[in-house]
Amino acid sequence: MQISKERCVGCANCTAVCPMGAIYIAADGLAEIDREACVECHNCYRGMSFEHLPPEMVRAGRRLLSQVQLRFQPDPDVCPTEALVPEELEWPRIVRRAFSDPMVTHESTGVHGRGTEEVKTNDITNRIQQGDAGFVVELGRPGIGVYFRDVQTVTKALAAAGAEFEAGNPVTGLMTDPGTGEIREDLHGEKVLSCIVELKAALDEVPGLLEVVEEVAKDFPSVISLGVSTRTDANGEEELQELLRSAGYDTWRAKVNLGMGRATSFPGSGPAGLEEQGVRP
Amino acid sequence: MTNTLHRYGSPQSLRNDYIVFAMAAKGHNEQGALEKARTFLRAAIKHRPINMGNALINPRYRPEKDLTFLKLYLFGRKQEVPYEQLIEELPAPGSAAVVFDNTYAMRRFLEDVKKLDLGLSINVSALIDDVRQVCGEVGITPHSVEYSLPFRGATEKLPSDDVLSLSTMCGHGMVSANLAKKMVDRVREGRMEPDEAAKCMAKFCVCGVFNTTRAMRVLHETVRRD
Repeated sequence: MQISKERCVGCANCTAVCPMGAIYIAADGLAEIDREACVECHNCYRGMSFEHLPPEMVRAGRRLLSQVQLRFQPDPDVCPTEALVPEELEWPRIVRRAFSDPMVTHESTGVHGRGTEEVKTNDITNRIQQGDAGFVVELGRPGIGVYFRDVQTVTKALAAAGAEFEAGNPVTGLMTDPGTGEIREDLHGEKVLSCIVELKAALDEVPGLLEVVEEVAKDFPSVISLGVSTRTDANGEEELQELLRSAGYDTWRAKVNLGMGRATSFPGSGPAGLEEQGVRP
Repeated sequence: MTNTLHRYGSPQSLRNDYIVFAMAAKGHNEQGALEKARTFLRAAIKHRPINMGNALINPRYRPEKDLTFLKLYLFGRKQEVPYEQLIEELPAPGSAAVVFDNTYAMRRFLEDVKKLDLGLSINVSALIDDVRQVCGEVGITPHSVEYSLPFRGATEKLPSDDVLSLSTMCGHGMVSANLAKKMVDRVREGRMEPDEAAKCMAKFCVCGVFNTTRAMRVLHETVRRD
């Protein structure tokens, strides 16, 4: 993202809108973007409303108002002169946008956002079975951001603990070796708003993996948001909540898949077909 | 997308905050999913949701890219679109999300969704005890559960609890902490009403999962406490 010096009038509205705090008012009184801090989320360009005022007119008006101790102040979500200009991104910087702009679809997953469908479609995919736990480790959230070199610290620690990374996950796709958790080196200097590491384990491995995350978190330069999922039994009950509680975690908020999904795209994939395959739909 | 999972706040603060969403599984039931997503969203309208979206288009509260002096200062801004318009504009099913600010509406909606039997995966993101209770009342057996655990790592870099309660209502981080703080300040100074501030923030949440009622509540409480 860039800000046109010709069009910016220095109202500073965009500085508050940026999730990374990457926009600031420079010495010339106009907005600038710290390219190192910017994660190309396009939030400023997409979320702000534009008023197409001529910059010269606004600047003259501001000077006039300042003479009488008044200030030109547009609504907080308005860029009065449409000064924000998206730019064509090239590798590796384009990865910033792929992970940071929720309206961009990851080519690897076909899903908008930073992860996969997780347990949201587990009633159809049955990826997480009874006795399994799905880990969704989001790094950089909320609003701090993370470099891939720091993401690698987490993925390597999890890999060393025997984690099995989700194959369809965008971060897994950037690993040179999912067995070691190493991420391609040309991306280490790239920063994203957040990214999600996904893995599957057995329920009895949950305490051990939580300890790994806690250990890495001690020196981690960003924030870690952790989600752990499982499949319920026929009565809708599961053991994970008690397991997490006994490990000292609050578990009051959750996402619940209600089990209303049906696979319809290929023969034998509906509930009856799955039952025939020995899978409880 | 864990967009709705990690909303920050105490259980009391997170009450009456329900996101119900529908999605198709890639490669399993995408055929006809767009019309099913539309049916899902249309079914929600009569239960008075407070927000709606699917991340592929701008949600209910939207930025205006064609503002003029007259619109701003004479005729007034048009910051939200009717639900029907939003539903018609959907280019693909995506993750069709609806937000409710009370249990009664959410329960009635789930009853309707159950009857519709769309075949899409339906999820509810909220306080787990409340979801379990409603599931019991509606006769739904939860299939899978994903728990949100508290933040770890460099939590000293996070903003205040009040600001975090507002900014995490967009899990993609599009409601910046600085914007949330600016809204708190503007409400405190009497320069904006809480509902205006809530709608201003909601425009940045592209999935349409920002709960404007909860935002107003947080703003009221923050300003009153100060």
